[in-house]
Amino acid sequence: MLEVRHIFKTYEGSPLLNDISFKVETSETICLLGASGSGKSTLLRMIAGLENPNSGSILFNGIDLASKAPHLRDFGLVFQDYALFPHLNVNDNVAFGLKMRHLGQNEIDKRVVNSLELVNLGGFGKRKVTDLSGGEQQRIALARALAIRPRLLMFDEPLGALDKKLKDGLLNELRTILHATKIPAIYVTHDQEEASSIADRILILHDGQIIREGTPGEVWANPRSAYVAEFLGLGNVLEGEVVSEMMNSEDGRLNIKTEYGLFDVPCKRKISKGEKTKLLARPFEDRNELNAISGRVADVIFHQERYKVVLDNGLYAYLDAAPNIDEKISVKVKVECLA
Amino acid sequence: MSYSISHGDTEIAEKLGKLRVLVTLWFKRILLWLLPLSFLIVAFFFPLSRILGLTFDLNTLTLENFQTAFHVLLFTLYQAILSTLITLLLGLPSAYLFARFDFRGKSVLRALTAVPFMLPTVVVAAAFNSLLGSSGLIHNLFPHFAFQFIGTLTAILLAHVFYNTTIIIRVVGNAFTSLDTKLEQAARSLGADFLHVLWNVSLSILRPAILAASILVFLFDFTSFGVILLLGGSQFSTLEVEIYLQSVKLLNLPLASLLSIIQLICTIMVSVLYTRVVTRSTTQTTPRSESSNLRKPKSLRERIFVVTFVILLSSFFFLPLISLPVRSLFRLEADRGQRGEVQYGFTTDYYTELFINRRGSVFYVPPIKATLNSLTYASATVILSLLLGFPAAIALAKPTRLEKILDPLIMLPLGSSAVMLGLGFIVTFGRWLTSPLLVPFAHTLVALPFVIRTLQPAIASIPQRLRQAASSLGASPFEVWKTIDFPILRRATLAAATFAFTISLGEFGATLLISRPESPTIPIAIERFLSQPGGLNYGQAMAMASILMLLTTVSILLIEKIRLPNTGEF
Repeated sequence: MLEVRHIFKTYEGSPLLNDISFKVETSETICLLGASGSGKSTLLRMIAGLENPNSGSILFNGIDLASKAPHLRDFGLVFQDYALFPHLNVNDNVAFGLKMRHLGQNEIDKRVVNSLELVNLGGFGKRKVTDLSGGEQQRIALARALAIRPRLLMFDEPLGALDKKLKDGLLNELRTILHATKIPAIYVTHDQEEASSIADRILILHDGQIIREGTPGEVWANPRSAYVAEFLGLGNVLEGEVVSEMMNSEDGRLNIKTEYGLFDVPCKRKISKGEKTKLLARPFEDRNELNAISGRVADVIFHQERYKVVLDNGLYAYLDAAPNIDEKISVKVKVECLA
Repeated sequence: MSYSISHGDTEIAEKLGKLRVLVTLWFKRILLWLLPLSFLIVAFFFPLSRILGLTFDLNTLTLENFQTAFHVLLFTLYQAILSTLITLLLGLPSAYLFARFDFRGKSVLRALTAVPFMLPTVVVAAAFNSLLGSSGLIHNLFPHFAFQFIGTLTAILLAHVFYNTTIIIRVVGNAFTSLDTKLEQAARSLGADFLHVLWNVSLSILRPAILAASILVFLFDFTSFGVILLLGGSQFSTLEVEIYLQSVKLLNLPLASLLSIIQLICTIMVSVLYTRVVTRSTTQTTPRSESSNLRKPKSLRERIFVVTFVILLSSFFFLPLISLPVRSLFRLEADRGQRGEVQYGFTTDYYTELFINRRGSVFYVPPIKATLNSLTYASATVILSLLLGFPAAIALAKPTRLEKILDPLIMLPLGSSAVMLGLGFIVTFGRWLTSPLLVPFAHTLVALPFVIRTLQPAIASIPQRLRQAASSLGASPFEVWKTIDFPILRRATLAAATFAFTISLGEFGATLLISRPESPTIPIAIERFLSQPGGLNYGQAMAMASILMLLTTVSILLIEKIRLPNTGEF
């Protein structure tokens, strides 16, 4: 459906997006995940037609959109701060796009009611948008975008301004709506939890490039790079040097020396002796593992039915039982090789 | 028993103590209000009552007078509405330009558009005359482009636009700047094209701001006097011009009174409307944008728009202002009768001539004397308005129920026009019209609201703790004022004084009605020179207007410089 081909974009002279290409398939939700300033919002705005790339093209159903003005693209756009029109009530906000399309009043009324019911705000039509709560406002913004029956929905950090409980509720609603309407969607966020719970596919943006792409399961299981592992908060990222030759090409285990000790780690790619590499030590205790991280307990923080234990050397792990401060401990965890 | 007696005693003592506090409090308040209120009663409310008395008289309320008043009112409304519409036509795109685009020289251009608003009307009239008048630069240097300007409605409208465009740019532009561009983007993504975004979203949201700015512009155009008299002439009889003509030229004081009461009612009604619009527009929460909405013009359409308006605005606002000093130093006329040939070139004659009593008449004074008069009156106005403004501002800084009533009364002279103030002086102090005190009194009346509004927030910003600390250390109330308030308020005082000085220098309407012929102020002298034929008179008008423009500009810069460090207070 949507295809982004080799997009380049500079911002105030320095490169922001550097050869970005990806596709969004029918009824698929993809998530652009990246730190602030990574250019993910700019990418979204270029798809919407609000900004132009320096080079590259954006196609929808095979047709280049370059010459298509934003108001003719039929793409729904939902912003973090809702961007509801303060001078219009809920009904008129939702009807805005329909009026721009010169639909008949009956059709407009019907679609407005449908859209409001879809976001569970039926009966809110006559209210002033400024009187609504943040969550309600965002649902109106969604209803407004849905009402035009867009070919593509785009979300720019839509839940960034809401508190956690509201966020979780709205995420579930949004998933249901996206599944029901089968509208392809691009969801931009910097929050990895939001991304993993809404996306069919995640694209991680860093230094102007997509450095990892895959389903949430794939990306979490195999972050590949140190940046992704750190950005997603998957565990301790360590630096080490290979001290053994690769013995057996089948399981590919290597001995890697770090300042936290020696680890015996499986590696998918070939690394020769003396080379440096990064390791990911997952924070969850697993008694079946070979490797362990150890140190003196510096801090214990209660964290969702577990204890996050921070060691004096900066490493951390999650334990079921709280150790004593200053106690010397060793925790068996999974350690893997990164690029 | 003994317990209850002693209890009763303390109760009485307590009540007495409270009463004493109350009495001293009231005594203080009365002391503070004594001078400003007496001044207002004598200089404003008493004259107002005389005007009312003249108006509500069977000999005044005749059908004929009402017909005159109706026609005058109709024309006043007509020119004010027309001026407001043209001001919007230039102001709205300009507001968009300043709110959305970033271009070189932007801040200079923005400042330039604000300059006319602070200039005296005679200066603006002289400036337009120097550019477009029949003795002006264009008529003499580019005769092909020349057209009849002075004495036309076009001149009035153009000067009004020149004056008030900055209001639209400031009020609407500020609202535009704070308008989140995401709303426009959302509208675009929903299928609205450029015009629909502008009309259905931006302008709709800005409607209260546009309305408020328009009302303000209308109010200034409605009460405009100097511009209409000096550029249009007395055939354009607006309420203001007609009040002046009836009271000075035709000596029909009752009709003048009737007109000025109609004028006062209109301005009060419009002011109330303005207050309502402003309070309503502030309750509507316009989403504030966090990031800057400014961008460089990109598309061809945007570039054409920016270039066109930058050229249009800079020439419209710069040409009259620069042509005035140029014309004052540039001989253009054929000094017929004297030398018989057209002379072009640089000259300082117009300035040197100001010092000479050419006619050798006893009653005629050299024009430079007008400058001295103006400076004297302005100094007197500064002293008087500070003397009256300070106690009032001190009282208003800590308002009690009394101040809530008095506050709008203090501001009322602002709502009545300068010509009406002059008329009030004529009908009240007819006998003392020869007194040199009347002019500074009238100027003080005009300047007082500004002085109070400048001092009041500064006084209110001083924490009461400081004063309490000083008095606990043994300072008397006067010493507290001298050691705490005054040093902190020096800045605000200087700004207020400069305000009063500038207002007095440029005041035209009231002065025209009450100043004595033998002691004119600068604006009056300019008006006289302009109304007399001859190149030398014209040149001297240009020279004096240039002097006044210089004085005013220096004052404005001074105020800006003083205000800059604590802009938050204003």
